Amino acid sequence: MTSGKKMSVENPVDHNNSANRVKGSVVDTERFKKRLAQRYRAEQRFRLYGLMSIGFGLLCLVLLFTDIIGKGHSAFFETRVSMDIHFDAEYLQITDVSSEQQLNNANFDGLIKRTWRAQFPDVKSRSDKRLLATISSSGSGYFIRDQLALNPHWLGTQQTLWLLVDDDVDVYYKSRQKGDAYMGRVNEKLASWIESLIAEERMELNFNTTFFTAGDSREPEQAGIRGAMVGSLWTLLITLILSFPIGVAAAIYLEEYAPQNRWTDLIEVNINNLAAVPSIIFGLLGLAIFINFFELPRSVPLVGGLVLTLMTLPTIIISSRAAIKAVPPSIREAALGIGASKMQVVLHHVLPLAMPGMLTGTIIGMAQALGETAPLLMIGMVAFIVDVPGSVTDPAAVLPVQIFLWADSPERAFVEKTSAAIMVLLTFLIVMNTLAVLLRKRLERRW
Amino acid sequence: METSNLLLALVMVIAVSYAFGRGRSISVVAPLGGIKTLNSLPFYHGMLTALWCAIPSLFLTLLWLLFEPKIIETLVISQIIIDGEQVSSDKLSLMLNTVENILAGTLLGIEPSQALIDAAEHLRSLRQTSQMAMTVSTLSLAMMGGLWAMTKISPNYGARVKVEKTFKIVLLACSCIAILTTIGIVLSVLFESLRFFKSIPATDFLFGLQWSPQTAIRADQVGGSGAFGAVPLFAGTMLISFIAMLVAVPVGLMAAIYLSEYASTRFRTYIKPLIEILAGIPTVVYGFFAALTVAPAIREAGSMVGLSPSSESALAAGLVMGVMIIPFVSSLSDDVINAVPQSLRDGSLGLGATRSETIKQVVIPAALPGIVSGVLLAASRAIGETMIVVMAAGLAAKLTANPLESVTTVTVQIVTLLVGDQEFDSPKTLAAFALGLMLFTVTLGLNFIAQHVVKKYREQYD
Repeated sequence: MTSGKKMSVENPVDHNNSANRVKGSVVDTERFKKRLAQRYRAEQRFRLYGLMSIGFGLLCLVLLFTDIIGKGHSAFFETRVSMDIHFDAEYLQITDVSSEQQLNNANFDGLIKRTWRAQFPDVKSRSDKRLLATISSSGSGYFIRDQLALNPHWLGTQQTLWLLVDDDVDVYYKSRQKGDAYMGRVNEKLASWIESLIAEERMELNFNTTFFTAGDSREPEQAGIRGAMVGSLWTLLITLILSFPIGVAAAIYLEEYAPQNRWTDLIEVNINNLAAVPSIIFGLLGLAIFINFFELPRSVPLVGGLVLTLMTLPTIIISSRAAIKAVPPSIREAALGIGASKMQVVLHHVLPLAMPGMLTGTIIGMAQALGETAPLLMIGMVAFIVDVPGSVTDPAAVLPVQIFLWADSPERAFVEKTSAAIMVLLTFLIVMNTLAVLLRKRLERRW
Repeated sequence: METSNLLLALVMVIAVSYAFGRGRSISVVAPLGGIKTLNSLPFYHGMLTALWCAIPSLFLTLLWLLFEPKIIETLVISQIIIDGEQVSSDKLSLMLNTVENILAGTLLGIEPSQALIDAAEHLRSLRQTSQMAMTVSTLSLAMMGGLWAMTKISPNYGARVKVEKTFKIVLLACSCIAILTTIGIVLSVLFESLRFFKSIPATDFLFGLQWSPQTAIRADQVGGSGAFGAVPLFAGTMLISFIAMLVAVPVGLMAAIYLSEYASTRFRTYIKPLIEILAGIPTVVYGFFAALTVAPAIREAGSMVGLSPSSESALAAGLVMGVMIIPFVSSLSDDVINAVPQSLRDGSLGLGATRSETIKQVVIPAALPGIVSGVLLAASRAIGETMIVVMAAGLAAKLTANPLESVTTVTVQIVTLLVGDQEFDSPKTLAAFALGLMLFTVTLGLNFIAQHVVKKYREQYD
């Protein structure tokens, strides 16, 4: 709108001229001109403040994303070291690979140590030998055990296997590739060994499949988010199953059935207030009611889902009500006019027409629930859980809690894991929100 | 049958009963001239049958699941303790745990006594019996309900009215969950807080200047005597929230003004959702950002100018929290600014005011109640925010107004007191509920004031 500006240009000048004619003072004209320029400068400044505010918000957004991606992208790759492992049947004391017992008793960790010593024959002292074996991940013994179980004919042969390296070595190798090697807990001696392995092209970066297939672990290189993702899935499933029907039902009652009385007012006030209650309070409720009173187990998706249901209900009810309100009364009247009952009006006409809006609200509520951490801490979902949960009553972690736990871990390698987990979480949230927007665009009806 | 399988079976029985009810209503009126002679449509007859089938049996299942563990536990206990011997509750729960472990086969190391092995066997058989009894009784109840409803189907039977009434009651019940939640919150924090105030006087809690909740768990343990003066926590919360509001209110408000008064429609459609992404980012992500990026940056910047900020400074947590709240303030303000009628602006511009003068002297005053209420809501959100402060603010309760020092907040203390192993009757854990009560009251109060401000001072233009 430029008309506003024009008007404000002309008006003071006109006023100025008339004053001029009456008093004939030149000083006043100068003063007014100055004042006008000042006012325009103020206008420009004000506009700039607005732009700067928006710029600040966007800058924070960009900063946050670049920081997280910059820290986390390297976690999608893992360093592996190749080792020529001789599956010595005599050393392992295995005669029959299919025997679980023999596999369990065999000393695979020792086999890896032996291989390391064979690879670096100059290493003599005990402590150096121990240090040498820390290049490969502490879980490597299980890895080669499983590999042998899959390939029984390997027994007695020599195989070249790519093993995961320890998290410190992983950090060293990745930072070295960027040009600035981060030593951390890697000392000179270990670094020289790693350099010689690199010179022999025995180390390389691969896509990190462990991150997506493993549960939590104390060892960063063996830690993955599968457990947390499945835990989140179970929790959201419970939340969705409970909150969507209840939320929609409550919205229908309030919009279509509720009489204008105190009880209805009370329900409305309650819903609006619950939407503003801090999420941690819902955690306290869950702890006191579900865990203490009903003695449900801690740290399970079932209880997490119940708490998140109570938390997301107001969001879903409010958006569902808006969707129902948007359905024009003429539709209801037409249905009633041809003899439909109240329930038929609601189920056959209002609900289908309001469904896109309700679904949008529900997806946004689910996205909220997916990112929520505080109430889940209260009901004990912070336990260290390695296994991938198989049902809603198995102990589980969820994605945001996993992020919280890893962010608290001292190992440097967990920083990139945390950032990568955040990237995964944000991806889910972006997908859900985009879905909500698309749904609204595709199915929204203008009356 | 397992509970999940039982529920599945129940759902199937209900579906079948719907089909039967519907079919029967059609067959009843077939000789009388088709469904036009029915009082209610076949759908309603089927639905009523299904309801009769579902409601009693689901209710029974619920009761069963609620009370079964308690009853079985009592039975097992009565078996372990034979001649009325006195056993402390700790020991009893240990024994029950052992019994559970024997049953699961996860008892390692120690060899359990014969009595406990017997108890485990007893527990197993009790559970089996109960599971069987539940399956049989719920399924038969479901069938009986369905059959009874089917016998009542006749051409003149008013199934529709009954179904619609039930439908309405179910809807009402769903909407009452909001009230139940509020009651649940109030009761849970209030009761535990009252227990807390029994051991620590409320005045000590509200006005005490010392906060060190570490108490001895056992009587013979060396530990702090525990001090529960919450003033440093309130002060820390206020400090961090204040910093957050200092960031969020000017930025959010100016962004809203620019977007609604200056920006072109195109700019607005692209930029507004981008700003709103900030509100959708989980708080745990902000916490990570605050702790690992912002706090070290502040420490470095501070040491460059000769200050020594704490690595868990209130400033870092407050700044990041402010960024989080920007879209909250901006979208609320945006709504109220847009609600100011265009005629007011036109009037002001017509008198020769510039755009910014119009905004400052006409639009903002007109929108002020809404803006104030938005700011209050944002403040209540800042006070209740948890993850950012848990990850980026400190644990030590200090009474300071220096934003470079580390302070702790109410929510941080609730989390630290309740995460991990806990005993439910020590003042240490109960203190968390007292803090929760304070938090709930304050946020609710802010909410009410915000609503009141809008109601009382809003100008009606149209």
